Amino acid sequence: MELIDQHAKKIMEGCKRRAWDAGLRFQEETLEYIVTNRDLIELSPKVMIPTLYDYWVHEVEVLKGKGKYELYPGNPYETVINTRPPISFYNDNNPDWLNVMIFYHVIGHIDFFQNNLYFRHTWDYDFTGQALSDKRLISKYRSEKGRQVDYIIEFGRAIDNLVGYHNTLSQLNQPASLTGSKRLDFYFDVFLQTHKKVRINDYVKEIERYNQNIRDYGELGEKTFFSEVDQKHPEFNAIFQKGLEKKPETRMDLMQFIMAHSEFLNKEENRWMKTVLEVIRNTSIFFQPQIRTKIMNEGWASYWHETLFMQDDRIQGHEVDFARVNANVTSMPRVGMNPYALGMRLFYYIEEMADKGKYSIEFKRLLDAHERKAYDKKTRIGRDFIFKVRENFNDFLFINTFVDQDFVTGYNLFVAGKRLNRSKMVWEYFVQSRKSEDYRDMVIDSLYHPPNIEVNSKKTVDRTLYLNHRFEGKPLVKDFIPNTMFGIEYLWGGPVKLETSEVAPSASLQGAYAVGGPGSQDPPEEPDIQWQRVLYTLENRKLSKRILYAIENQP
Amino acid sequence: MRTGDDMDPKRKQYFQEIKAQGLSEEREERIRRELVDTRSHEPEPVHPVTGSEFQPGPTRFYEYADLLFLQAMGYPSVSPTVCLGSLDELLERDKLREKDGLPRKIRVGRLIKPGQGGKDKIVVVPTTVEEKFIHDAVRPNEEEESAGGSGDGEEGEVIGEQPVRQPGGAGAGPGEGQGGPHEMESSAYDLGKILTEKFELPNLQDKGKKRSLTRYTYDMTDRNQGFGQFLDKKATLRKIVDTNLNLGRIPDVDDIDPTGFLISPGDRIYRILSKEKDYESQAMVFFLRDYSGSMMGKPTDLVVAQHVMIYSWLLYQYDKQVESRFILHDTEANEVKDFYTYYNSKVAGGTKVASAFKLVNEIVEKESLARDYNIYIFHGTDGDDWDSEGKESLPELETMLGYANRIGITIAEHGFGQTRSEVERYLLRSGLLADKPELIRMDIMQQDADESRLIEGIKTLIS
Repeated sequence: MELIDQHAKKIMEGCKRRAWDAGLRFQEETLEYIVTNRDLIELSPKVMIPTLYDYWVHEVEVLKGKGKYELYPGNPYETVINTRPPISFYNDNNPDWLNVMIFYHVIGHIDFFQNNLYFRHTWDYDFTGQALSDKRLISKYRSEKGRQVDYIIEFGRAIDNLVGYHNTLSQLNQPASLTGSKRLDFYFDVFLQTHKKVRINDYVKEIERYNQNIRDYGELGEKTFFSEVDQKHPEFNAIFQKGLEKKPETRMDLMQFIMAHSEFLNKEENRWMKTVLEVIRNTSIFFQPQIRTKIMNEGWASYWHETLFMQDDRIQGHEVDFARVNANVTSMPRVGMNPYALGMRLFYYIEEMADKGKYSIEFKRLLDAHERKAYDKKTRIGRDFIFKVRENFNDFLFINTFVDQDFVTGYNLFVAGKRLNRSKMVWEYFVQSRKSEDYRDMVIDSLYHPPNIEVNSKKTVDRTLYLNHRFEGKPLVKDFIPNTMFGIEYLWGGPVKLETSEVAPSASLQGAYAVGGPGSQDPPEEPDIQWQRVLYTLENRKLSKRILYAIENQP
Repeated sequence: MRTGDDMDPKRKQYFQEIKAQGLSEEREERIRRELVDTRSHEPEPVHPVTGSEFQPGPTRFYEYADLLFLQAMGYPSVSPTVCLGSLDELLERDKLREKDGLPRKIRVGRLIKPGQGGKDKIVVVPTTVEEKFIHDAVRPNEEEESAGGSGDGEEGEVIGEQPVRQPGGAGAGPGEGQGGPHEMESSAYDLGKILTEKFELPNLQDKGKKRSLTRYTYDMTDRNQGFGQFLDKKATLRKIVDTNLNLGRIPDVDDIDPTGFLISPGDRIYRILSKEKDYESQAMVFFLRDYSGSMMGKPTDLVVAQHVMIYSWLLYQYDKQVESRFILHDTEANEVKDFYTYYNSKVAGGTKVASAFKLVNEIVEKESLARDYNIYIFHGTDGDDWDSEGKESLPELETMLGYANRIGITIAEHGFGQTRSEVERYLLRSGLLADKPELIRMDIMQQDADESRLIEGIKTLIS
């Protein structure tokens, strides 16, 4: 791995200046490296972070196929990593014009990393530096404790997809402090709702009374408001004082809970394990936003490499070359999912909509198709609008908010289905739906989404850890449950229970003859799925399962 | 429906014979299905990739990455030998896991890499998976799945077709013609090299001229005076006593005082590393495969995959010293010249297990193999046999048991219809499995068997 030469670096600096002028905001220093095939073999298992800790799984070919991205959310072939300064990787023999395009793309990513709020927790430190010290720490432990270190890494990684990423974010992205006092917050947020359980109607009246007091008495408004509260609810002050003493409950993810409460880990001789787990957890949290902003991040970078490349005076004469490469990257496949293409089109679409002032109540109320099409308030705020989107959205919100029927129709998109034609023995791809709701659901369903599994601290008694999987319509992969629980039992040092939902075995099991002879028919209609809630218990390495209750089918 | 006219006359005649003995309706229907099968066993010619076929793009957003798509760098290709470098270490680590009471994590799998011009290459790689709680599909075997699409087309309109088995595509299995015979051989050798399980041929007997079957083993067995790697204390002490006896320093053998011993430098006896070569009797292995029409799909995959592993193991562990013969059968049996043809011939036609057993018996008799060789027979089938009572198969099988050191029958079940396949039923009824467990073994696999199940099966067959 070596730095790019001075010539290429100069081109990069030119790109940065132009991008800055166009409104992108990013750190000035960047590092660019040439990578060879050999470098990639070493880098890709480490998610392109050269200093990531060593672990034997990195040396082994890992699972391919569908479940891969649920297990390994990191992108092994990313061209730029979110470090300070940002580091990007290049092929040795790219021509200059191609480098210009790639540089703009990279700058788009850097801008995204450094401005999108889902990356907030990565802004204050350099991950390569952190990873290096973690790597050294782990190799130090390895020389002291031997292969047990690898077992701890293994058990830690088994639950590193359940980290409280959103908790971490919510601590960092606190809303700007409200004007109200603690007393006021407590009155409206806790007292009225939890203690008095007032009806919404009365609640709103109470807010109105407060607002009225502020309007009438200005600074003394709050005092006046509470003097009436004291008369009405004499017990309020005592409850408020008590409430102040109670510490706010912090939500802990599974790893944090185990680190805090496991007797095993908190033994003097096992404390080092917590350090290892902390490394695993922090590494996982660092990578979390990447996969949750894939469409936006690639769309944003593609939007900017296209926009800025076409404006760049240095690449004249290479428009056709560019068009060919660019089309290859950003064209919508006939069937398939391309984050560059979808994200870029959606940014263009949002910009156009905002330019015309279509994100307004007025436009939403418009029903006439012709009027909707012709609607143009000439606000020209599109650019600003997409910068805000880039700052505040993730993939789910991006798709859920902006994919509408006009977008789906405008870009001629559809949900493509795939089915087996038994008589011809071919897979048929067909247009399943052109409705925006279906398209949106299809995209959202394909997004990375780890299961929501948390510790139920009320049921965690007698040294038995009780985990609750919040059911979201999908079961857990059964084969992985035993070993994952095994790891948790090891770290927890006691029995572990997992409550989850599964498909109840159905009565009719029928197979079809595998050979599609002339007499073969369509597969029989799939019966409705019956769900049941089950409880897995792992105690002394023995796994047992008990059915708790059946779940009523949703209509 | 085809009439009986285009049936293969021999097959038709055989069908008439068994029909005369009486058949149930369901049996007849199944047999008819194979009877009218006019496909041939020719290995498919190697297909050039045409490019005109409909190819959907990646169906996951996350499969796109800048280095691959923007910079077109392509996946870094890891040669299998690079993997082999660390393999010993990985497997060693895996063994230690077992010792520590943890499940093993390394699996040795075959990866079929699509090459250019439709030539696929089997690469053997260690794989693993980190188990976590992750979401599963609601219907695991869902055939229908949806992805994004763009362009013209009415709702419901079919916009593209893709053959279920792509010629030369990734994941193409056996019976589909791929690679060359030589490539096959070297891949198999690699596979044998890293199969974690070390098997041994059972019941080897002294027969004919011996040849070296196993590889060299290294052991600390040779003794050396004066220097070496490992002091053999017992031998050294004996030598010292010997020396002192000769010097007359031990007047009374019943009362020895070791403090007065003189020790010469040559008295120290060491063990040193030595190369051992085991000579064992020679062996011949017959591979039998049912390639009738009903073997289409999974059963063939499984049987062939298991035989690939057995063959690979033999190639490697016995250093190509074990001879192999390959026989394919439908209603008739044929011997084919190499493993490549055995591996790649396509399924078609009816089923008569007895034909293959008979051919083995003929070969053994004609070449007097029983006298000079230890004979092993591995037979793979889906359990279907027109000769449902085993009237012809069982006598042939008994003849085979007269000389074979082990017969291993693999049944890859279709998992539909009747509970037990014909072959399984008549084998069980014959009582041979129970009478001669040392000589004949049966392994029954379901359709969904994976690599580890296959290895498990091999253990059953040869343990």
